[in-house]
Amino acid sequence: MHRLLLLCVLCFAWPAQAELNIEITGAGEHQTPVSVARFAGDVPDAQGISSVVTNDLLRTGLFKLIDPAGKAPHEPGEVKYVEWPGVEALLMGSIKKLDGGNVSVKFSLLDMVRHTELESQVLIAQSDQVRAIAHRISDMVYERLTGSAGVFSTRIAYVSRDKGRFRLVVADSDGYGEQSLLASNEPIMSPAWSPDGKQLAYVSFEQRRAMIFVQTLTSRQRTLLASFPGSNSSPAWSPDGKQIALVLTHEGNSQIYLMNSDGSNLHSIISGEEIDTEPNFSPDGKSILFTSDRGGSAQIYRVPVNGGSAERLTFEGNSNFSPRFSPDGKSFVFSHYDGGKFYIATQDFESMQMQILTSGGWEKKPSFAPNGKLILFGSESQGRGILATVSSDGKVKQKMVAQFGDIREPIWGPFLKQ
Amino acid sequence: MKNKLILSVLLVNLLAACGSNPPKAVVADAKPAPVVSAPAVAAPVTSAVNQPSVDQSPVQAAEAKAIAAEAVAARVEADPNASAAAKANAKADADADVRAAVEAQALAKHSVFFPFDVDAVQPADLNTIQAHAQNLASNPNLKVRVEGNADERGSSEYNLALGQRRANNTKKALVLGGARSDQIEAISYGEEKPLATGHDEASWAQNRRADIDYTK
Repeated sequence: MHRLLLLCVLCFAWPAQAELNIEITGAGEHQTPVSVARFAGDVPDAQGISSVVTNDLLRTGLFKLIDPAGKAPHEPGEVKYVEWPGVEALLMGSIKKLDGGNVSVKFSLLDMVRHTELESQVLIAQSDQVRAIAHRISDMVYERLTGSAGVFSTRIAYVSRDKGRFRLVVADSDGYGEQSLLASNEPIMSPAWSPDGKQLAYVSFEQRRAMIFVQTLTSRQRTLLASFPGSNSSPAWSPDGKQIALVLTHEGNSQIYLMNSDGSNLHSIISGEEIDTEPNFSPDGKSILFTSDRGGSAQIYRVPVNGGSAERLTFEGNSNFSPRFSPDGKSFVFSHYDGGKFYIATQDFESMQMQILTSGGWEKKPSFAPNGKLILFGSESQGRGILATVSSDGKVKQKMVAQFGDIREPIWGPFLKQ
Repeated sequence: MKNKLILSVLLVNLLAACGSNPPKAVVADAKPAPVVSAPAVAAPVTSAVNQPSVDQSPVQAAEAKAIAAEAVAARVEADPNASAAAKANAKADADADVRAAVEAQALAKHSVFFPFDVDAVQPADLNTIQAHAQNLASNPNLKVRVEGNADERGSSEYNLALGQRRANNTKKALVLGGARSDQIEAISYGEEKPLATGHDEASWAQNRRADIDYTK
């Protein structure tokens, strides 16, 4: 089966690749042995399709990558199955330059146990979009072999600090392909993706206090959403993208408000004499998680969007912060502070049992990948903020250490509709 | 004026070191739990000295001068020929010198500090608050920004909210001390602009503060 797909990836000019040192620990319980044969016409470095796909699969902890040991079939017809003992799936392909600056990438995934073709496609894209093609191939392989959607084509946003300069950055989910949306000498906080992945809401201090802006990624156009006296912060989109929850202090304490995403119809939904902040919508849009110190310490609460009483959800440790729903709405992830360390933890709504996923440190602001399998969070290495992920079962951990800068406030973006 | 009264009370305590009236609390706080009440310490200036980066010398100089003036006043008092006015003048001069020095010292401090996860203005900072409140009251055209900050223990958003509460409470204290509300803008930087970046109490203590900034 051959399908012709034209990739419509958002057109960014990718800057020179910053080197990332990626360290993976742990492994899934059942690692599928997979081999990636070098694609014909591929560049032999880390930016080549074969390398990007290999690293994508490796980072999940779900696959064991078997070295092709020099064998390089490019088409299913060239494969001698006896030469691949122990390999359950084999990916191969070829890259062809087309007129007009495009490339055509043909690939096939074989089931080496049943000797069948699982997938075969041709992808066409601009030649500077090779990484995007590689991530699409990884998504397809992941979906075919695990049954879950891959998140390699999704993107992440975070704040990078370097020598007093703040940047709002959007990057591939593997940390490569960094692109600055905003650079400022004043702090930037709390980026939040719109559900369609086309906009980011965030907090910028560029006008000398916390205000909320919304920026469109492709056009770079941005609007000032909230600039009430005091602090304007913690934007969170409703699942349909029509509303934004936010935190304002113009009436005194930090309270949670709701407004339409065009800034109209502002009204308070959670108020009190305490700190109420970090709202996050459930996937069905009916309830909101938030952090409050109404019980004496910062803890996580849930409240129906249309009114009702808040229910306290966390009781363990000194305090708990930054709750976010899982994509299926059955659990939430948060930063758990206990004994001087921050841990990434999840808790499901049915059992209400907390599960600590990490070994602790300076671990903050967790968010789920849109397939719910991985959690991205801000960690620290040698005094600098870094990106880190942990699988939602806590088994596979990954640190992404950039060469420079102090990375904070990461958030995983949604699936992008093609 | 209430604020002048408080300052006089402080001065009486300072000079006599046996004031029977403890200074009144100038800070009210929205939260019920950590109610601030000024301690009945005899010498509030010494308690202020515990704060970081305080230059003590103007007060010491003024104290010395005050002691000298007191001595003059005592001699004047002992002299049956001295007029009551002269006695009063000598005492008033001594008071004014100390008052000016205390105010200068307190005004030179632009930060107030907070314990962990606490947003109530602390008794140790009441002199600083009072000096700035009085400065704002006597200079109606002055405007200040009060910038609340927090240490890094917490999420960035929680700390932004905490810093805002610290700024709001500092503003309330300044208004209670005689400043006008519209002279003061209260904002927060949360944990975003730490003075010290270590993961230790020495750094955190410096970062849990509200800055009173006349320059912005």
